Amino acid sequence: MTVLTSTTALAQAPSILDVGDGVVLPILLKVALVLGLFFVVPLVGGYLEHKVMGRMQNRRGPVEAGPFGSLQLVADGIKFIQKEDIIPRAADKPMFALAPGLALVPALLVFLVIPLGPGVFAVDLELGLFYALAITSISVLGILLGGWASANKFSLIGGLRAGAQLIAYELPLIITAITVAVMAGTLSLVGIVEAQANFTLPGLEGFNLWFVFPQIVGFAIFFVAAMAELSRPPFDMPIGDSELVFGYMTEYTGIKFAMFLLTEYAGMITMSALMVVLFLGGWQILPGVATPGCEGAAGIMSCDPIGIAISVLVTLAKIMGLVFLMVWARVAYPRLREDQLQRISWLVLVPLSLANLAFVTILTVVL
Amino acid sequence: MSDLETTERVLPSNAPGEDVAFEILGDGDFPTAEMSLSIGPAHPATHGVFRIVLDLDGERVRGARPVIGYMHRGFEKLAEYRDYRQIAALTNRHDWLSGFCNELGVAIAVESMLELEVPDRAQWIRMLMAEWNRILNHLMFIGSYALELGAITPMFYAFREREDIQHLMESATGGRLHFTYNQPGGVKIDLPKGFLKRSAEISKVTRERFDDYVDLVLGNEIFQGRTVGVGPLPQDVALSLGITGPTLHATGIAEDSRVTEPYLKYGDIDVEVPLGENGDAFDRFYVLLHRIRASLDIIDQIHDHMPAGPVNSKLPKMVKAPEGAIYVRTENPLGQLGYWLESDGGRTPWRFKMRTPSFSNVQAIPYLMQGALLPDAISILGSVFFVVGDIDR
Repeated sequence: MTVLTSTTALAQAPSILDVGDGVVLPILLKVALVLGLFFVVPLVGGYLEHKVMGRMQNRRGPVEAGPFGSLQLVADGIKFIQKEDIIPRAADKPMFALAPGLALVPALLVFLVIPLGPGVFAVDLELGLFYALAITSISVLGILLGGWASANKFSLIGGLRAGAQLIAYELPLIITAITVAVMAGTLSLVGIVEAQANFTLPGLEGFNLWFVFPQIVGFAIFFVAAMAELSRPPFDMPIGDSELVFGYMTEYTGIKFAMFLLTEYAGMITMSALMVVLFLGGWQILPGVATPGCEGAAGIMSCDPIGIAISVLVTLAKIMGLVFLMVWARVAYPRLREDQLQRISWLVLVPLSLANLAFVTILTVVL
Repeated sequence: MSDLETTERVLPSNAPGEDVAFEILGDGDFPTAEMSLSIGPAHPATHGVFRIVLDLDGERVRGARPVIGYMHRGFEKLAEYRDYRQIAALTNRHDWLSGFCNELGVAIAVESMLELEVPDRAQWIRMLMAEWNRILNHLMFIGSYALELGAITPMFYAFREREDIQHLMESATGGRLHFTYNQPGGVKIDLPKGFLKRSAEISKVTRERFDDYVDLVLGNEIFQGRTVGVGPLPQDVALSLGITGPTLHATGIAEDSRVTEPYLKYGDIDVEVPLGENGDAFDRFYVLLHRIRASLDIIDQIHDHMPAGPVNSKLPKMVKAPEGAIYVRTENPLGQLGYWLESDGGRTPWRFKMRTPSFSNVQAIPYLMQGALLPDAISILGSVFFVVGDIDR
């Protein structure tokens, strides 16, 4: 019987943070990495959203807080901490307090498995993809709980809409992720990146492709489903500020409200990161291009420090590119109606993703 | 309690575009309760302090009751203690988005009672300003309606155009919202130098940008999905409720007092009235948007006609309307505005009654919302185009 420790539990590729022989130091470093990612990258994404929206809407976005307004979200966070924490008298107090945490913690835990570069991750689980998708769907529990415990009709409708939306969009999301796993032959996120670096279409050997090219339909389904699951406009019916005031967040103030907001931004980043890993070749610069300073399989593994830095920057740039697309959709489109959203999922996305899965599976078996 | 042995197939009757049959397990007696949801008086979609009480079954609206009066400021009574020049400053406040058009009604009423001949230039200036004010109003509603459907960007685009136009009107009147530019006998002061040139420039720019709104909002698939077939208003219902303006034109009735009963010099120029077909939310928005283009056409014609001459007529320091009463109706941006002015020969009106378009238009809300979904209810609420101050006065 094997003993499971932090470094061996289901883990495959070693992390660069596994330094020394001890157990404590690697764990501390990994916690620092995950917390750093969680608190910094979403803020960068949020800043990008503010600025991009501003420019698209004939205004400048934040300019005052920090250089070019880059500390606006930090300032907002400080403001939220200072605000009075109001709990409605009719609310179910323990549940009301629990809800933002229940939404936030899963968003934090996903960062455990997200690989930013060769070795730059906390842990490479064998079931990394499964873990990431399973953990992200816990967030909606917090949202449902918040909607119910607020004792507010707008919150209730918002919470129930979020629940309905999750059930509808989790399905195409997971089916598409399975399709990619079938193509890669592994559920490990690092393994999927490696598989993409070696992927070629039959008949075109020697011509490396990312999964987004053969799987453009799958990528589109995943992108739409991810936006719907994150309640990002045009799928923001659970918040729907012109209908439901602020949906499940209506009664929340101060730090609890900030936790919900941070969940949304972190979700944007994790979903984008998953898309980068599943479809856009992870930290590879371009299909078939080796990263400078790296050697090993397809020239993206076993890197020196410069290669690692380049890889991390490439991943972050790809993530921000996807965040940009999400912001663009927010600026360009009005909100769908809940029944239209359900119809898109059940009548279009689910059959399409199932057909896609069947097609890919048959091809994989045959070839 | 529900009996899960029996099954029943039902077709939801009211849902828009429903062709999917649902199978209900059990005897369908799943216990549900209607929920009463009070939207407003402080709610993002009511732009002001309008309140509407919805009876909801899930997300479906079973009944809607508008509650008005949160913004009653007693303008009709206040007007009885103001002289005829001062009333202009009251009337441009009930519908704050069409200040100039409101003042115009009072000025015309007093002039008609005095049987006063207003100088030509003053009349053409009034028309020019009224049409610019109409565009200002419609731009605002284009932005706010898109916002109600969840699109944030059109609001900022609309305000870009509004800013130019407000600068233009400010250069002549000194006001951005409350112009107080009309007086019995004409307008307060002549146009500043270069006004017509600037006006023509802005007209050209706005016309170019008009296509953007058509492409970006009217042509957007989600926008169409949210508005086509939502809240259709039949012609007979519209007429029996006294609905006017874009909401009436969307049903296909071309009643516009600039055409049917021309005031000022509207008889001398071509006035186009854009019409809809089905009277649904999409048609209402279509009409509103195309009224901007129609107003730009009118403005271009006014530039060609603008005569020289005085802009005001000599009147005594205290204007006193002769004894009698008059009803004046003008085409306001949101519909027909009527002023009933009754004078006993004194320096203030004896009775001043307003017939405001928003008040009549919101009467359609209970009819339109019956059976709609909650998001559609918001779509309908925005598409009847009202200003809360204009309802409550």
